[in-house]
Amino acid sequence: MDLNYTAEDTAFREEVRDFLRDQLPAEIAGHVGDGESLTKAEYDLWHGRLNEKGWLAGAWPKAFGGQEWSAVQKHIFEEECALAHAPRIVPFGVAMLAPVLQAFGSKEQQDYYLPRILSGEDWWCQGYSEPGAGSDLASLKTRAVRDGDHYIVNGQKTWTTLGQFANMIFCLVRTDPDAKAQQGISFLLIDMDTPGIEVRPIILIDGVHEVNEVWFTDVKVPVENLVGEENKGWTYAKYLLTHERTGIAGVGFANAGLQALKRMAHSELQNGRPLIEDPLFAARLARIEIDLMAMATTNLRVVAAADGGKAPGAESSMLKVKGSILRQQINDLARRAIGPWAQPFVAEGLDDTNLYHPGPEYAARTTNTYLNNRKISIYGGSNEVQRGIITKAILGL
Amino acid sequence: MDFKHTEERTMLADSLRRTLTRGADWAALADLGVLGALFTEEEGGFGGNGFDIAVVFEELGRAGATAPVIEAGLAGGLLADCGQSERVEAVISGALKPALAYAEPGLRYDTGPITTSMDGGTISGRKSFVTNAEGCDLLLVTALEDAKPCLFAVDPADPGVTLHTTPALMGGSISEITFDRAKAEKLGSAETLDARIAAATLAVCAEALGAMETAKAMTLDYLRTRTQFGRPIGSFQALQHRMADVAIEIEMARSAVINLAGHLHDHGPTRDRHVSAAKNLVGRTAHLVAEEAIQMHGGIAMTEEYALAPIARRLIAVDHRFGDEDWHLARFMRLSA
Repeated sequence: MDLNYTAEDTAFREEVRDFLRDQLPAEIAGHVGDGESLTKAEYDLWHGRLNEKGWLAGAWPKAFGGQEWSAVQKHIFEEECALAHAPRIVPFGVAMLAPVLQAFGSKEQQDYYLPRILSGEDWWCQGYSEPGAGSDLASLKTRAVRDGDHYIVNGQKTWTTLGQFANMIFCLVRTDPDAKAQQGISFLLIDMDTPGIEVRPIILIDGVHEVNEVWFTDVKVPVENLVGEENKGWTYAKYLLTHERTGIAGVGFANAGLQALKRMAHSELQNGRPLIEDPLFAARLARIEIDLMAMATTNLRVVAAADGGKAPGAESSMLKVKGSILRQQINDLARRAIGPWAQPFVAEGLDDTNLYHPGPEYAARTTNTYLNNRKISIYGGSNEVQRGIITKAILGL
Repeated sequence: MDFKHTEERTMLADSLRRTLTRGADWAALADLGVLGALFTEEEGGFGGNGFDIAVVFEELGRAGATAPVIEAGLAGGLLADCGQSERVEAVISGALKPALAYAEPGLRYDTGPITTSMDGGTISGRKSFVTNAEGCDLLLVTALEDAKPCLFAVDPADPGVTLHTTPALMGGSISEITFDRAKAEKLGSAETLDARIAAATLAVCAEALGAMETAKAMTLDYLRTRTQFGRPIGSFQALQHRMADVAIEIEMARSAVINLAGHLHDHGPTRDRHVSAAKNLVGRTAHLVAEEAIQMHGGIAMTEEYALAPIARRLIAVDHRFGDEDWHLARFMRLSA
């Protein structure tokens, strides 16, 4: 047992901090810190700077241009980025599709798509969920019918995050309607410019255009865009879900959120004294901080086990459940911290863009962030689905 | 960063687990090195690190052992701080069972200000919540000498010592002790009491962790075997999700114990901030696990006959020893400010 980082890990952390200090534009960090949506150009700029350093895909194998970061290094990188308010790396290409292509894609697919993910030429989005297939993803209905050298795709995907920026979408489609739910699914790569694709925005509860519906009407997809084998898509989808999970606990985001919350509680006054001195508020805060200390170590335990060659597997479901609840508790307490300033509700997707929140700067998006992060116990397999996984895979019930 | 125990600690834990399932008396625990693991080499032992303590007490808690090992570490540690090397050697060999009397009526979980005092080589006053004093060989007592808390050794058989003993919720015994001009031998100052209580708090937390694992294992077993409505009750999602949450919270408690063990030797305020973080979380988790284990078992867990009863009581007792959830939350807040 040793709770200390190795000298190499500490040096790496320093390098990440230096990089963030030199390369992360203050304006972008400000937007992230305030919980504002980023433009595509802002994401592209940040991805580009990371790519120049070789850190956009730090976790990739060296053979594909990555750094083969250890799980601990990945954790350090994510933690420092969150604390510095760096934009999260949009995961769909780099962290979700790429590992699938590296494991199951053809040489041609790897050679063509992987460099385009790094360069930013392709912006990927994820076509998994459907209106009737949420937690029960395997019940998806979007059909792909083979017609010569093409598949003809019809159906509807939803919750497509940042689909409005994407030129490519990876989709789970049903290729064998007669097989059992999981067995007739294939993994297709689809160009968003193909005729018959329509992207419609979904405005979320906080007024943000973050997700979309994607409609497919007789969309022609070349057969070479099939990943791996036909009807084996579920295997690849599961691989994708279990592959990239060191960040699932969101400890970095939780730490950053807690720091921001403390700053707020020093500024806000209650009975003429800083809110942080209010015993009821301070007790709520302390309890969250105590939980976060244990959460950080739980996360590192899972991360360290993954470095030992063991896949995190079902343990990551524990991280997802507890990590999401903790982050939501922090957002909830931040909403309480701003007190009556939670009432003015300025939502970019709903209002005149000239409106501004009349309260302190830190209050402007606090309620919106609270509302937006209700999603984290729902997406990526709801917490109830995660508890089901824990029940079966860990508890053996 | 490394979350694996050393080979020595893993071996000690394994052999302790095996021995405890057969039922181990005090001499057997001493032979196994359980007592030596609580002391540093300098003190005559071969451990004394936070992780030594964590490993030993997790196994004791898992087995539901009620031997006064915490007292041996706590009182024995104070003996070591006072340079009582012969007595420490006797503690490690199992020949001397000490107990520590520090709490007083009205202080709840605080260690002071005490009123028990020494005068002319004798001690007078009242001590509360003294665990496993019944049958101990030596009482260590905090008392004022010239208004300064010091540590004294008292023979429990001294005519000036009166014990009012009851069984303890956690197992073992707990006593209210009256000292009426009991003959006392001064050992030294009581300034290391907080550090030793920090280590004992880690021991309680680790013991709780072991007990939680046992409660979890028993509950899982019951969920698999008990049938109602024609199927195992573990097939019901309402119980599955409760059990998943229990499992998650136990992992959090395990991390809290690791955090505390890793910071046990930090300087005072940092150490105590970690003590309070861990004890607050473990206290919360321990009674959650006890309550959920009872609820998921149903009626059978309400019976004394069923083996969960002493484990559940022990888990509830955790929050009442060395400061409860609120006491530690308040201290954590003070130390974080």
